[in-house]
Amino acid sequence: MAARSRVSSLLSRSFSASSPFLSRSQGRNLNNGSRIVRRFGTSSAAEEVISPSVQVSYTKLLIDGNFVDAASGKTFPTLDPRTGEVIAHVAEGDAEDINRAVKAARKAFDEGPWPKMTAYERSRVMLRFADLVEKHSEELAALESWDNGKTYEQALTAEIPMVARLFRYYAGWADKIHGLTVPADGNYHVQTLHEPIGVAGQIIPWNFPLLMFAWKVGPALACGNTIVLKTAEQTPLTAFYVGKLFLEAGLPPGVLNIVSGFGATAGASLASHMDVDKLAFTGSTDTGKVILGLAANSNLKPVTLELGGKSPFIVFEDADIDKAVELAHFALFFNQGQCCCAGSRTYVHEKVYDEFVEKAKARALKRVVGDPFKKGIEQGPQIDSKQFEKVMKYIRSGVESNATLECGGGQVGDKGYFIQPTVFSNVKDDMLIAQDEIFGPVQSILKFSDVDEVIKRANDTRYGLAAGVFTKSLDTANRVSRALKAGTVWVNCFDVFDAAIPFGGYKMSGNGREKGIYSLNNYLQVKAVVTPLNNPAWI
Amino acid sequence: MASRRVSSLLSRSLISSSSLFSLRDPLLNRGARRYSNLAASLEDTITPPVKVEHTQLLINGKFVDSASGKTFPTLDPRTGEVIAQVAEGDVEDVNRAVVAARKAFDQGPWPRMTAYERSKILFRFADLIEKHNDEIAALETWDNGKPYEQSANIEVPMLARVFRYYAGWADKIHGMTVPGDGSHHVQTLHEPIGVAGQIIPWNFPLLMLSWKLGPALACGNTVVLKTAEQTPLSALLVGRLLHEAGLPEGVVNIVSGFGPTAGAAIASHMDIDKVAFTGSTDVGKIILELASKSNLKAVTLELGGKSPFIVCEDADVDQAVEMAHFALFFNQGQCCCAGSRTFVHERVYDEFVEKAKARAINRAVGDPFKSGIEQGPQVDSEQFEKILKYIRHGVDSGATLQAGGDRHGSKGYYIQPTVFSDVKDDMLIAKDEIFGPVQTILKFKNLDEVIARANNSRYGLAAGVFTQNLDTANRLMRALRVGSVWINCFDVFDATIPFGGYKMSGIGREKGIYSLNNYLQVKAVVTAIKNPAWL
Repeated sequence: MAARSRVSSLLSRSFSASSPFLSRSQGRNLNNGSRIVRRFGTSSAAEEVISPSVQVSYTKLLIDGNFVDAASGKTFPTLDPRTGEVIAHVAEGDAEDINRAVKAARKAFDEGPWPKMTAYERSRVMLRFADLVEKHSEELAALESWDNGKTYEQALTAEIPMVARLFRYYAGWADKIHGLTVPADGNYHVQTLHEPIGVAGQIIPWNFPLLMFAWKVGPALACGNTIVLKTAEQTPLTAFYVGKLFLEAGLPPGVLNIVSGFGATAGASLASHMDVDKLAFTGSTDTGKVILGLAANSNLKPVTLELGGKSPFIVFEDADIDKAVELAHFALFFNQGQCCCAGSRTYVHEKVYDEFVEKAKARALKRVVGDPFKKGIEQGPQIDSKQFEKVMKYIRSGVESNATLECGGGQVGDKGYFIQPTVFSNVKDDMLIAQDEIFGPVQSILKFSDVDEVIKRANDTRYGLAAGVFTKSLDTANRVSRALKAGTVWVNCFDVFDAAIPFGGYKMSGNGREKGIYSLNNYLQVKAVVTPLNNPAWI
Repeated sequence: MASRRVSSLLSRSLISSSSLFSLRDPLLNRGARRYSNLAASLEDTITPPVKVEHTQLLINGKFVDSASGKTFPTLDPRTGEVIAQVAEGDVEDVNRAVVAARKAFDQGPWPRMTAYERSKILFRFADLIEKHNDEIAALETWDNGKPYEQSANIEVPMLARVFRYYAGWADKIHGMTVPGDGSHHVQTLHEPIGVAGQIIPWNFPLLMLSWKLGPALACGNTVVLKTAEQTPLSALLVGRLLHEAGLPEGVVNIVSGFGPTAGAAIASHMDIDKVAFTGSTDVGKIILELASKSNLKAVTLELGGKSPFIVCEDADVDQAVEMAHFALFFNQGQCCCAGSRTFVHERVYDEFVEKAKARAINRAVGDPFKSGIEQGPQVDSEQFEKILKYIRHGVDSGATLQAGGDRHGSKGYYIQPTVFSDVKDDMLIAKDEIFGPVQTILKFKNLDEVIARANNSRYGLAAGVFTQNLDTANRLMRALRVGSVWINCFDVFDATIPFGGYKMSGIGREKGIYSLNNYLQVKAVVTAIKNPAWL
């Protein structure tokens, strides 16, 4: 998932005019930063750890408008990926806490004020929330960076503003959800009502904690649903903070309940709960299958899934190589490579392959890795030791399968989970590094000869989340856009995540679409209402 | 399901019937009273005016035996005798069908044809359905047991109507251009998903085929369709007509067979991109689980129901009785949206029960090929036994048996129109889907109560509301957690009206504009733009 258009439009500033919306204020820092960064060496991770300028104020479950301990009293530690040290102990939600949260959400939906409020009132709560997010953007960004390891500049200038932007987008939808009147075959008046589904269960990942929160909570609230949201155990902190802001914005108690905890316990009980009417999950394909199975075996709640990917990034021979290298680098390395839509199979036409590899290597070597709170840093640590080990395992697999390690391949520094920006060339389609989702800073560069071949190879995967296409030819762009079995095709750009653009997967990358008008379907039931007509003036 | 014509005929006195449906069919309801419900099924069984021509699987444009060579008998519900032996599809046949559908999609002409060409094939198919109307109707009735008049005058015409509806959609599937936050041109493409697996039930074999095939084909998908083992015949006939209409080979493949073998193979197939299922909630759960364990194919489910039919105190009782009777007994009670919990306000309850009983006793049961018959046999012995078990259960649990309660005649699967009054919410007959001619009448006092009781079900497929009060109608319409609310009508099934369930009655909507979503993938295409004139 996610990045947002600001990062991409900044990175692609030289190719396309950046939008007035995105060129305001804070954007400038990052832009300047990306020029300055080259001054920092990759050794910065070894320097002293910077203290985040934020307090951890909320570590308890948010249920029915109150922050409460887990029923069991248990807590779990959330760790600083820079060091592996404990940031805070957080309430560990389990089945009983999910039950409590569902009960509160059920009441807020069945009896409570939320779906009975006017859509305009709901939109105003969301707009006030967006204002509060902006007001607290520095604390939120610091907390997000601390818990996740992403760069503070990215959190502050790209992600938190995007959270506010998304909630304003969905606030605008609240009073624009129209049903239809429907032509009948006889003397009937037919209409459809687009109703909220009820209680939505939402399970979000750790790579973009607040953006994924916004993608899920935004449409659910705009459509009048109430929510039980489970955060990832790696990144529980920021959701509690914005949960508090939602209460300040006037959200009634019980409308949004937030449970921190683990997938096998809290997540599973949410997915299999008989009183949860809908489930949305973002995470791995394997877990997505489990979630869908739990829904099937419980109450058949509709499920939207946003899962893994192994997205191709295709550089044609007519592409401007320097721009393609920069964008392919961004497509893979953004957010420490922890994007489900990462451009993790870089297909380069044979005529430009050698030049591309040389320049991609040079770009990766220049990537500035270090403490994410330091200015100008491009890459922080991976989220945790498990992901760190997994990425290192894939790097070893790449070497063993005889891909050429162009750069990187090892840890940065000796503490935390920093990994060197790594580039493999001469990658073959059947190597594990070209098939599995690595979810780390490992670029795999493959060679192709012609369009037919690259279309076939790009589609030869169980995934179908996104694709990048780099070409100046309109015919090539049009042809490849249709042929790729992927939910998003970025042509001469990547990771453009405007609120209005739908996002989601073909094949085993998921079901349904988030963002844009399409996301509303996930949180609405359609009810047909039919009445006979006496002496109608027209049919 | 059902069709509008039935409902408009039954409510002929209530409202003027629509011009589209007043073409054929003079009677159905009026004439029916002339027949007694006692003797009809005991008479000689009428020989259906049709030959069974197709009993093999339809794969890649050809009728073929199953790979195993096995067949199974399809039975005449009037007698339990064999109509024909039909090829029994299994995993290997589903594989062959998927290979054909895959090729027709990945390399073949279907998604590469213009939408206009696809629509013309569907229009020609609709014409052929009309041309073969009586033959198709006879086959449908023979295999299923539903009255021939219902098949010939309502369902088969509705089949043509549904395909014309979807033919019209083929060239009207638009993507969007989307406002971006920056210098990007954003568009969405609405693409066919690929190979759709479709599993249809036996209660409305051809209508369910049209609900499934229509949108899949209009959107450019190819299909592997499994028919119900009780009713394999009519789909094979219309499959031939589809090819006569010019459908390229491999675009629609039809496999007859059983759920645990052929059905499960479709739901768990790694090369099927989407599955749509209509049937019971229990099987729907299995289908979804198979999808989750295989390739996460998108699933739409249209499942069971226990739909409330609510008669408020201000309703015209005679009209309400007739409509409630129709809501439950139509198609031998074998409708997933049957109005199977008749809630009647206490002030009109006694009068309603008396009249509902009288109407049920008047219902003409008999050989479905006989003119004027309202009710034929249940589809098979399994359903027959299940319904009789529920009737015994109703008696045992203390509900008052007002009419019926037993089999009708001595052969086949006929059941007497049965009415229970004094039914309580916690009785099994008020909770389970009986899927037979058994009406259960419950009493209520006020709106709050009936809303709570009507919604207190794991199902949420449909509801009927009978009232003259606008406030009552508006309130109930919003409060009922169901996919269809029919106010002063029931079983209105125009092609444009979406149908589907809340809660455990299913996922997704069929018919209408909403059904297209089930067969389309959304692809966002974003291109960097230079010097845009506007954003």
